[in-house]
Amino acid sequence: MGIEWMYKYTLAAVLLLFGVPVLAQEDLLDLLGEDVAVKSYAGASFKGTRVINGHSLENVAHGVLDFRISHRMGFVNGGIDDFFGLDQATIRLGLDYGITDRLMVGIGRSSYQKTVDGLLKFKLLRQCDAGCSMPLTLSLVASTSITTLRTEQLPWYGEDREDYLTHRLSYNFQAVIGRKFSEGISLQITPGVVHRNLVATEAEHNDLINVGVAGRVKVNKRVAITGEYFYVLPDQGPRGPFHNSVAVGVDIETGGHVFQLQFTNSTGMFERAFITETTGDFFDGDIHFGFNISRVFTVYDPKAKARRKALEGAG
Amino acid sequence: MKTNQLILLFALAILPSFVHAQDKFGTRDGIITFFSHAPLEDITAVTHRVASVLVPATGEIQFSVLIKSFEFEKALMQEHFNENYMESSTYPKALFKGHLVPKDGDDLTKTGTYEVGVEGTLTIHGVEKPLSTKAELVVAPNGSITAGCEFHVKPEDHDIEVPGVVRAKIAESIKISVDCKYAKL
Repeated sequence: MGIEWMYKYTLAAVLLLFGVPVLAQEDLLDLLGEDVAVKSYAGASFKGTRVINGHSLENVAHGVLDFRISHRMGFVNGGIDDFFGLDQATIRLGLDYGITDRLMVGIGRSSYQKTVDGLLKFKLLRQCDAGCSMPLTLSLVASTSITTLRTEQLPWYGEDREDYLTHRLSYNFQAVIGRKFSEGISLQITPGVVHRNLVATEAEHNDLINVGVAGRVKVNKRVAITGEYFYVLPDQGPRGPFHNSVAVGVDIETGGHVFQLQFTNSTGMFERAFITETTGDFFDGDIHFGFNISRVFTVYDPKAKARRKALEGAG
Repeated sequence: MKTNQLILLFALAILPSFVHAQDKFGTRDGIITFFSHAPLEDITAVTHRVASVLVPATGEIQFSVLIKSFEFEKALMQEHFNENYMESSTYPKALFKGHLVPKDGDDLTKTGTYEVGVEGTLTIHGVEKPLSTKAELVVAPNGSITAGCEFHVKPEDHDIEVPGVVRAKIAESIKISVDCKYAKL
């Protein structure tokens, strides 16, 4: 035994009593206990509510109005005579509004068959960011479209044929399921069905079951590359001259605007048109150059009251 | 001799634990607001989830705030703030560690209103910068402490990039005000 032992014990005691408080001093905040996990959901999996043509995992936020201008030029393989498609343009103007953070309504008007479309989109499940455990987002989309062409302009026009309103209608239902895997990578799969009240021939099915896949990869904070593909399942009757929809694009964000530039074989910009009536063969050069511009306006500020209260509390 | 040495060591050992056995004050719902004034746009954001601990006897003070807890008037601003500027998934918190510098003769453990200096290190966007400012401290007779402080931070000091197209919308120097009501821990 002897003095060495005592020194050792004393040294241990010194370290215990002296050292520990010094360490504790470093993190006073530990005194407040564990961080209270604030429940939050993964946001901004895509820059906008559409990947390119189809719906993304995102909604517009509560009280926000999104004005969307979408253009598709003619086919680039029209060559110089057609100025690589720039001589023609198909357009859709749309307004989407967030009734809540989870429920969005929208209306659009396309030059394609002079169609008006309306939509409801509801986020059933939201991917968790903190304080919860849901691994993915599930969003339900229901939309309808009606062509407003004059009777004699309808593709199915016949002199002795009655022009029923119902024939002009089509419906679309989709479940957008996906996940923001990291800051830069988001992927989604979209099973859905398009119902046409009227189809060209008896052999064609009114309902077309389809699956879309889409993704985005961020290049930097404000630029992302996107892609999407809609596959109409086989054995659903003849498809006529129609192809599956392919699109690749670039998203560029500048403040309140998002610019989406894309190449796609689809002409229409609502679901029935691009899922079931895409005429272009992407790999044969039937490609439209196009762009979407999204501009958001905050129409209503749901948190204004709470924030004002907090500010007054601070004052 | 041996005994004396031991007593001395023991005394030295327990002394600091007495010194540190001071009253500590804390809060979890402090308020931080920031204000950016630029030619094209004024932006304010607020959070009321500021965690802070204060030790009046030693002047030590620390803050921690979750970047995602800041609320803006526009949802898109909030998204851009988190995604493009603060990169809050990578740098979830802003921190301040420092100490209060009372004027000569002021004892912050006693009731009163004090103007104090604040010196320390501010960590935003993962970048540490020294910060020196002034604060007002009100030590109430009921044992609560209210602290208020205002200072300016430049985004570029913390490697927060503001691209040319939005430079007219985001101030070069952003005013930050802190309001905390501490209770004894």
